[in-house]
Amino acid sequence: MRNATAHAGSGPVPWLVRGGWFSVATGGAAILIPLVMVALVIGLALASWPAMKAFGPGFLASSHWNPATDRFGAAASLYGTLASSAIAMFLTVPLAFFIAVFLTEFAPSWLRAPVRYAIETLASIPSIIYGMWGLFVLAPMLADPVQPWLRDHFGFIPLFSGPPIGIGMMTAGIILALMILPYMTSILRDVLYLVPPDLRESAYGMGSTSWEVTWRIHRRYAASGIFGAFVLGLGRAIGETMAVTFVIGNNQGIHADLFSPATTIAATLANEFTEASEDLYLSSLFELGLILLLVDMLVVLAGQWWLRSIEKRRVGA
Amino acid sequence: MSLMRQSFGRLRGPDPDRVRPLNPNPDDHVCRGIQGTVRPDLGPPPKARVRCLDFFYGNRQVLFDNNLEVPSNRVTAIIGPSGCGKSTHLRAYNRIFELYPGRRARGEIMLDGVDVLAPGVDVIDLRRRVGMIFQQPTTFPMSVFDNVAFGLRLHASLRADALRFEVEQALGSVGLWDEVRDRLNAPAASLSGGQQQRLCVARALAIRPELLLMDEPTSAIDPIGTSRIEDLILGLKRRVTVVIVTHNLQQAARVSDFMAFFYEGRVVEFGPTSQVFHRPSEHLTEDYLSGRFG
Ligand SMILES: Nc1ncnc2c1ncn2[C@@H]1O[C@H](COP(=O)(O)OP(=O)(O)OP(=O)(O)O)[C@@H](O)[C@H]1O
Ligand SMILES: [Mg+2]
Repeated sequence: MRNATAHAGSGPVPWLVRGGWFSVATGGAAILIPLVMVALVIGLALASWPAMKAFGPGFLASSHWNPATDRFGAAASLYGTLASSAIAMFLTVPLAFFIAVFLTEFAPSWLRAPVRYAIETLASIPSIIYGMWGLFVLAPMLADPVQPWLRDHFGFIPLFSGPPIGIGMMTAGIILALMILPYMTSILRDVLYLVPPDLRESAYGMGSTSWEVTWRIHRRYAASGIFGAFVLGLGRAIGETMAVTFVIGNNQGIHADLFSPATTIAATLANEFTEASEDLYLSSLFELGLILLLVDMLVVLAGQWWLRSIEKRRVGA
Repeated sequence: MSLMRQSFGRLRGPDPDRVRPLNPNPDDHVCRGIQGTVRPDLGPPPKARVRCLDFFYGNRQVLFDNNLEVPSNRVTAIIGPSGCGKSTHLRAYNRIFELYPGRRARGEIMLDGVDVLAPGVDVIDLRRRVGMIFQQPTTFPMSVFDNVAFGLRLHASLRADALRFEVEQALGSVGLWDEVRDRLNAPAASLSGGQQQRLCVARALAIRPELLLMDEPTSAIDPIGTSRIEDLILGLKRRVTVVIVTHNLQQAARVSDFMAFFYEGRVVEFGPTSQVFHRPSEHLTEDYLSGRFG
């Protein structure tokens, strides 16, 4: 009442005071996101300019990385990033899907809470712990007996050759898989829970088995969420630094086998920034960083594009 | 015709009351008899016979001693106030409640003389024989064609042309063929609500169920769609036995031959629809039908 009389003589309250400030504040906060993105790209691009000038597009194609001769190429790191992520996804995708389905369709109710708790705990373990475990437990195990056994029995496949020293691409892939497994499982489980109960009952009501309901209904209904989980997992695998740096062996080379030491962009950056004294060396590392950023963004963009396209030709709800 | 008689003969079979003990359950369960059960005179033989059915959500019992005989090739309506256990009762017939932990049914539901609640029953086969329609259309996230073909692909391995034929038949039997023949590959979700519900009926019918359960199948559908579905239900009797839960008494009167009135988890009255409507034997039924509660 008091306000009403107070305003009566002073005309309408200005928009900015009545709530406009709120729009301005939220809009201002939101604009930070694209700004940060642009700033990141520009900053990295500026810092990597000397390397770009020196090596041109050949930087991407060359696996030559030698600080002694001042020659740098991204191919080995880029290959390592893609290959280790691919191994991780190859191992994780089916596993995460199976675990999530087990949790939503099969697990007795008393088991669900503890398993869920365990998964969430695993997902929150700092990556350096995974790295240490990988180096001191997993790598020796792979060095003997796993890799020799693989080489003896499957050595005719080029993938399973090379020095069985336990440190290399294979170990990095497995560690990455373990790291993103809980993460992807918990997202997938949430996605599967989103399938409406009626729909699920209806599918079971047709006389479907759990497998058929999962594969034919859940997979389609939750396709976007499932894909989102995979993209998030992949994004994480690509950028993961600490654990991989521990176990991949940091070797600037491209090998067809899984046993050999290799490197990833993130691992190269983590290892070499402190040593980079030369301008060109430092600049090359920045260019690597730029490539990592772009690859990660590309993965997410491709994921979103793919999502939209299935949304368009999507059959059903 | 002879086939019909044969299968009726099979349906009648040995009287389960004679060959089975009254209390077949190992639990200490006392069946309090069959009060409230009216065996409809001169009616067709029962497709399903519910005896002493109790149901529990965890420790909470919500069905008490349900006894009911569902006549073959007829429409049986289940009515009653909200929360009286209609859906729970219906969902025992195909054991769909088992998808959720902690739910338990006790008693027996004989389908063609075999207790579907008994351990060792093949629930996949049971659910092939007992179709279910829900309140909201539950079209699957796939094309119109794939929806109808869903069950056929699960249970019959048909060649492509045979599959197409069956799908066309099923869509025809719900009066949907002419409406969707040009968009069989369109997403099922692009159909109207009423069309989607009929699509669900077609999907259920495609695998030739013997019993069709419908839980308020028209309560989310517009009036025109509703009347089409009611017509459809009337025509279904030739092929299947229908049990329909409905809140709409007019609908129950229009489509059903028999009617069961549920109240607080019990079957209060069961009989031919006109009889229950015009000469109910229980006061409770009368009160409900005259709108005094519910
Ligand atoms: N998941 C559940 N857990 C516990 N109790 C439940 C559950 N579902 C239903 N009930 C209870 O069981 C009783 C019967 O419910 P049911 O859904 O079968 O009633 P209904 O007759 O179908 O009601 P409506 O007409 O509203 O659909 C109700 O008292 C309800 O509260
Ligand atoms: Mg209900």
